[in-house]
Amino acid sequence: MDLYEYQGKELLRSYDLETLPGIVAGTPEEAARAAETLGGTVAVKAQVLIGGRGKAGGIAVVHSAREAREAAERILGMDIRGHTVRRVYVEGGAEIEAEYYLSITVDRAAKRPLILFSTEGGVDIEEVAETKPEAIVRTHVDPLLGLLPYQVREIVFAAGLEGDAAKGVGRTLNNLYRAFEGLDASLVEINPLVLTKDGRVLTLDSKVTVDNSSLYRHTDIAELHDVEAADPQEQRAQEVGLQYVKLDGNVGILGNGAGLVMSTLDVVAQAGGEPANFCDVGGGADAEKISEALDIVTSNEQVESVLFNIFGGITRGDEVARGLLSAIERTGIGLPIVVRLDGTNAEEGRRILAENTPENVHTEETMLDAARRAVELARGARDSNGGR
Amino acid sequence: MAILVDDGTRLVVQGITGREGAFHTGRMLESGTNVVAGVTPGKGGQNHDGVPVFNTVHEAAEETGANASVIFVPPPFAADAIFESLDSGMKTICCITEGIPVHDMMRVADFIETKDATLIGPNCPGVLSPGKANVSIMPRDIFTPGKVGVVSRSGTLTYQIVNELTQRGIGQSTAVGIGGDPIIGTDFIEILGKFEEDPETDCVAMIGEIGGNAEQLAAEFVRSQMKTPVVAYIAGFTAPEGKTMGHAGAIVSGGESTAEAKSEALRGAGIRAATNPSEVAELVAEALGG
Repeated sequence: MDLYEYQGKELLRSYDLETLPGIVAGTPEEAARAAETLGGTVAVKAQVLIGGRGKAGGIAVVHSAREAREAAERILGMDIRGHTVRRVYVEGGAEIEAEYYLSITVDRAAKRPLILFSTEGGVDIEEVAETKPEAIVRTHVDPLLGLLPYQVREIVFAAGLEGDAAKGVGRTLNNLYRAFEGLDASLVEINPLVLTKDGRVLTLDSKVTVDNSSLYRHTDIAELHDVEAADPQEQRAQEVGLQYVKLDGNVGILGNGAGLVMSTLDVVAQAGGEPANFCDVGGGADAEKISEALDIVTSNEQVESVLFNIFGGITRGDEVARGLLSAIERTGIGLPIVVRLDGTNAEEGRRILAENTPENVHTEETMLDAARRAVELARGARDSNGGR
Repeated sequence: MAILVDDGTRLVVQGITGREGAFHTGRMLESGTNVVAGVTPGKGGQNHDGVPVFNTVHEAAEETGANASVIFVPPPFAADAIFESLDSGMKTICCITEGIPVHDMMRVADFIETKDATLIGPNCPGVLSPGKANVSIMPRDIFTPGKVGVVSRSGTLTYQIVNELTQRGIGQSTAVGIGGDPIIGTDFIEILGKFEEDPETDCVAMIGEIGGNAEQLAAEFVRSQMKTPVVAYIAGFTAPEGKTMGHAGAIVSGGESTAEAKSEALRGAGIRAATNPSEVAELVAEALGG
């Protein structure tokens, strides 16, 4: 789960990371009031869950309440790479001496936290990695031991820091690692981390991603989930424990297991079709969950046909068949549905379907045939609808 | 022969009395797996499908000589179940549980380095050696004994490919689902190494997906260390960037994590890379024939 800058900063403050004072605003008036409260030069920053807002014009440095209002008027509602700005963060200013980069991520290959620090902050770190890799200090942390004092010293010395900068960055490193652990984060990134002219080290921007699998033990963070930013169907799917992703085509896809679903998307594309969305019912879905999933997939108006691809392991074919039939009965879905059912209890599932096949349900033996059929039916539906 | 699990496997099922644990214990027994014990804290002394249930893995190991475990414990308690298994001397541990926090898994991955044990998963379908042992949730009917090793990050996609192989009359030595999470116990490379050493595996089918760079690392291993031919397939050619595609680990977050980049790296290492599951079976047939 990605957090907005202002949410991330609030959490980081509780781990003693220093930030500038800031106020969230949802309207130009609120932004003006915030600028007045903070006083002096302030930054008006678009709150979006995607990078590149600076380049897109989503940050303005202003000197009065009037300017803050104007900037917020311009930035609120702005579209930044597909994300609508609905809030700005108005933040006090500071006199900056130097800009650093600091992040902690999960290194999948090493299976450990990885700290990246660079004195070349404020810019895209991937660019630094490419043009000046020696400017990045990389340190793996043993998750059972935690970040050790000598490692902090190594990082600070390797970066060539001294005095206030060395002390401040060292303190920040310790606090950020505590935050990374305590928040169950998969990423905490501060870019830039700044050294001010008066010797303080401040978190100027923050990116915090919390591991979704850990949210059960972070109910306060789970509540920060931005319902407005999510697609309504994605939101509904999440509430019932399904994985749903909206795409742009007209074939709705329902399957079990991430790999099979991704492969189904690929095969539909190879058959000349375009997936409208997909819903992964995961492992061990019962009839109720299957029924819910079908409902979510078909509630997307782009969908002209549904491809139902289940290869049961922990999921049982009879449950799948019952769920499918009950969803059709309950909601009266008339869209063509192509079913391909294999694996655990698949025979019983196929028998249940054969006994009660509604008119709009077609069964196919293989994944490839099922994909072709679904693409064909979607095309047919589109033609007969005059390309709705 | 086979890898990881075989006739010598003495299995303990952690979470044997839960919905999934109970169901799949029955299926593992039907496959002829030597399930010697089950563990559910507080239910020790009971019996499940003729399998004695214990309160702890230590107790189960002492009483039955178990040497492998399969875990069906809910996510908040699953990492602890892995630690328990490791401390009780289990040599092969398959963790089926999906949704274990990444930080928990980093601690597990760290601890396991001090033990002589192999963790498969989590968020995986387990390991099945047809005709020998089934330590998995995989549907056994689709398998047939033979000489193709299968290793995959995905569960259901593994079934799809095994099914395609079997329908072509191509049997399998062992199928291993390594799991779709960002942090897993055993990577492609370790499994590929075991298949390379297995005299009865003549070809390996490797099934990857978007996210991370495990497939690229595997490609380099195949190129430099393996004589056994490898056929690969990466799912997720059409996955958009920045969206988690079902598996916590399946997200395109940069150029190298796309299906295309991975397929290219595989081909660059001389590996036959398929574009859909049916083609995998075709390429395996080709590799075995040549």
